Amino acid sequence: MISRDIDTLYDQFIADFETKSVLMADEPDNVREFRRHSFEHFRLLGFPSVKNEEWRYTHIAPFLREVYSTSSEKPGSLDQSFLSSLQIRSLDGIRILLFNGKYLPEFSELPPDSGIHVSALTGAYQERLVSDYLGKIADASKNHFVALNSALFEDGLFIRVQDGRRIERPLHVIHVFSSESNMFVQPRHLFVVGKASEVSLVESFLNFKNEAEIFINDVSEIEVGSDARVQHYTIHGGCENARYIHHTEVRQAERSVYNNYKASFPGPAFLRNNLNVSLNGENIESHLYGLYLAGGRQVVDNHTIVDHLKPNCQSNELYKGVIKDEASGIFNGKIYVRKDAQKTNAFQKNNNLMLGKKAIVDSKPQLEIFADDVKCSHGSTVGQFNEEALFYLKSRGIGEERAKALLIHAFAYDVLEKMPLASVKSHINKLIDEGLKT
Amino acid sequence: MLSIKNLQTSVDDKEILRGLNLEIRAGEVHALMGPNGSGKSTLAAALTGRDNYNVTGGQVIFEGRNLLDLSPENRAREGVFLAFQYPVEIPGVSNINFLRTALNEIRKYRNLSPLESKEFLKLVKEKQKLVEFDVALSNRSLNEGFSGGEKKRNEIFQLAMLEPKLAILDETDSGLDIDALRIVAKGVNKLRTNDNAFIIITHYQRLLEYIVPDFVHVLYNGQIVKSGGKELALELEEKGYDWLKEESKERELV
Ligand SMILES: Nc1ncnc2c1ncn2[C@@H]1O[C@H](COP(=O)(O)OP(=O)(O)OP(=O)(O)O)[C@@H](O)[C@H]1O
Ligand SMILES: [Mg+2]
Repeated sequence: MISRDIDTLYDQFIADFETKSVLMADEPDNVREFRRHSFEHFRLLGFPSVKNEEWRYTHIAPFLREVYSTSSEKPGSLDQSFLSSLQIRSLDGIRILLFNGKYLPEFSELPPDSGIHVSALTGAYQERLVSDYLGKIADASKNHFVALNSALFEDGLFIRVQDGRRIERPLHVIHVFSSESNMFVQPRHLFVVGKASEVSLVESFLNFKNEAEIFINDVSEIEVGSDARVQHYTIHGGCENARYIHHTEVRQAERSVYNNYKASFPGPAFLRNNLNVSLNGENIESHLYGLYLAGGRQVVDNHTIVDHLKPNCQSNELYKGVIKDEASGIFNGKIYVRKDAQKTNAFQKNNNLMLGKKAIVDSKPQLEIFADDVKCSHGSTVGQFNEEALFYLKSRGIGEERAKALLIHAFAYDVLEKMPLASVKSHINKLIDEGLKT
Repeated sequence: MLSIKNLQTSVDDKEILRGLNLEIRAGEVHALMGPNGSGKSTLAAALTGRDNYNVTGGQVIFEGRNLLDLSPENRAREGVFLAFQYPVEIPGVSNINFLRTALNEIRKYRNLSPLESKEFLKLVKEKQKLVEFDVALSNRSLNEGFSGGEKKRNEIFQLAMLEPKLAILDETDSGLDIDALRIVAKGVNKLRTNDNAFIIITHYQRLLEYIVPDFVHVLYNGQIVKSGGKELALELEEKGYDWLKEESKERELV
């Protein structure tokens, strides 16, 4: 790994923007304006350091010192056996394939339902919804990486579900990253889920082992219409050479339900998951469930914000971590209950199971309440195996490794049982077993 | 089958078992009684290989093998089973998955192929019937939400499933209602053969009316201070332990 000063990467992006402005001259005014604005924010913010409260335990610096090219490679030919290897068993999903952040319609299934639109984001600039929502949900002024992505994103997905449509088959969005040389990619996605519609979105992230380091800084904005119901899964697996800053920003309208299920596994050296949900209407429900199994020397950081803006809403968050080897896990969960948000029910819990003597976890649940008539609770625990339970299993002839695996699955069960899709559940159980073996 | 010689065990540097001797042959049932804190559960823990129960002296031979050299799981696979005084609840581990894993790990150790789903479920049904344990097991976590009595009965059901050579029942009778006690005893009696043996730890003569022991031992202060036939249990029921404590003190003085 060649190492250099972080400023070098910063300078590279500053120069990049100048070059790209020329290339982006064809883009509509509003998009160019959005990029310019965001670029100004990035120029001022730069990259975060550990002095920044949001990055205190997350040492990203080593990954920013690596040398990256900011132009991404195109895929070679993808054969059928490769494509089917990406599938989740018995998930009858509509496959939507992205390679280095670019939508590949020729390797994707066209949605059979007329109620749904899938295209490349850059190909949908003329859509009114894109100009209405792009950059309006995720705020580039405070977040270094959102600013950088907003200024320089290349492409990504635009998915729209029409009002009142119930999409029967889940959308399976597969993000594959691969490069022969070091690469920094910035995909950008926008999902607009119409009023009183229903959809399940399953996102898999993976990359393959080679010498090249891949830094992925992606941003997804999700607008959930009133009375809509969204089930959103993300699964991060893959190999050591990937580094992720995965930012998801959700805005919900009244009476909608948004459930997010996150699972991550040993592999990527660095994974920062930001999930911000703003409950922007009354009678909204949001559920955030997360499972992280970290191993090797992985850094896995889950940062969530649940922002209650209006009365009579409910949120419930449960993140569970299993930390092996010398990995470090970070959980930072914020709940805001704004002055208007009376009768809010907001719960948050983070539990960690430490497997390695050198494993580290930093858990920081936070509540900020400005309303007076609310029910809120939060808490976090860090523990080891329950020795009583372990002995009970062994005393029935179950070997040490097997007994531990049973207890880890049991620990994860609280999160898994919440997932409506059985195929995703068993896929994750399989990834847990694989993750424990590595 | 089991030969315990001069067994000494301590917990946190506190000596609990202080030279315990016991011989058990196949086909026998031994009752183990004694006041609270005398070391009965400690003996069970030492035999099953629980952490923190340090054997500081003595020897235990089980079916010709040095039991103390084996890991807890290998002791179980060799045929030692403990029905716990306090069975733990393990949320998230299903009863069925647990039993199947246990059974198949034991079978593997004995070079037997794993049971197919169908055969396994058939066996579950059969054994549930044998020990009259009708609590629904599928879709439920191990012991979770089971009443105290149900947990104890689940232990006996597991015993029936795993068919050990030596079963230690640690106060399985406590917490059982009168009917359940009779049912559990009936189940144990059905499981008795000429090839297996039982150690029944209990405080009450009542259980021993149903499961008639070949021998009764009294544990006091980490040692077996008296052994006899089934009538010893009746005598204890009548007289309590004081007379034995006195005798034991006198012996120590001598
Ligand atoms: N894990 C432990 N830590 C500390 N002391 C222990 C532990 N286990 C047992 N002891 C002590 O060892 C002694 C014997 O305990 P044990 O549980 O074997 O008694 P018992 O004969 O089974 O009693 P009971 O009839 O009440 O079940 C007691 O003084 C108890 O406090
Ligand atoms: Mg006891």
